[in-house]
Amino acid sequence: MTVNTKTYDAIDARLINHLQDGFPICDAPYLQVAHELGLTELDVLERLKNLLENGTLTRFGALYNAERMGGALTLAAIKVPEIDFETVTNIVNAFPEVAHNYARNHELNMWFVVATETPEQLTETLAAIEHKTGLRVYNMPKLNEYFVGLKLEA
Amino acid sequence: MDFDAIDLMIMRATQAGLPLVSRPYHAIAEQLNLPVELVMARFTAMQKSGVIRRIGGVPNHYKLGYRFNGMTVWNVPDEHVDALGERIGKLPFVSHCYHRPRHLPDWNYNLFAMVHGKSQDEVNQQIAQIATLLGDFNLGNDVLYSTKILKKTGFRSGTI
Repeated sequence: MTVNTKTYDAIDARLINHLQDGFPICDAPYLQVAHELGLTELDVLERLKNLLENGTLTRFGALYNAERMGGALTLAAIKVPEIDFETVTNIVNAFPEVAHNYARNHELNMWFVVATETPEQLTETLAAIEHKTGLRVYNMPKLNEYFVGLKLEA
Repeated sequence: MDFDAIDLMIMRATQAGLPLVSRPYHAIAEQLNLPVELVMARFTAMQKSGVIRRIGGVPNHYKLGYRFNGMTVWNVPDEHVDALGERIGKLPFVSHCYHRPRHLPDWNYNLFAMVHGKSQDEVNQQIAQIATLLGDFNLGNDVLYSTKILKKTGFRSGTI
């Protein structure tokens, strides 16, 4: 991996890291962030636009917590026999409640996120996936979430 | 305050992101035909109640050069999981850290931490660092790498 494909500079990294700690709710929040970082408001706005356009940031805004809005979310896994992998993938992916689905290098080789509007729908969806695939679904909802302080190297 | 119709309007209007204009909350207020004071008060309240986890950027780790993303899983004593989870979450290379249920005997791990590195070596060192931090509380661990994205929708709650 020698190709340099860096899509951000040291100031962008400072900006992204700064925003990990929160964004102000006030009349001119970008200006406030700019002041905190010694930048201009225009520079902050341009950098964010650029980071979103080139995909360095997948989005910028409020991160909503589905469970607190009455919805339900879980991470679930299945042990899929290798020979049935494609069939099971198609069955699982056909559920609109399945948001993300990843193949992983483990005996539990399919991991997916299920999101529904109510906890009851979540239980029903997991049961329906078990029924349609004939495989056990290991339900792993989060029991607790710990604060993370991910920081990028500049 | 419960999540209500106004919060839902605000959520729908901002699910794709905050406007990149000088006064973003004013822009949302104008779009929804609500007083800006109300919009800002609702943002503050939703953040306080946890409906909004935070306002900020969601980095694409892959684009940032972090090509090696491991789901590390750990078996730690349940009575210590919260204290240990708090400490692991504070490590700079951990992006998500959760307590999840075991499924014995097939799945013994109760603590999940997503780690991100620029090389396999770096991820191995990160795993070693977590193992050191856990010390004798580490009763077993594994790391799962995604080998293929099978589905990825526009789902945006950010709380996997």
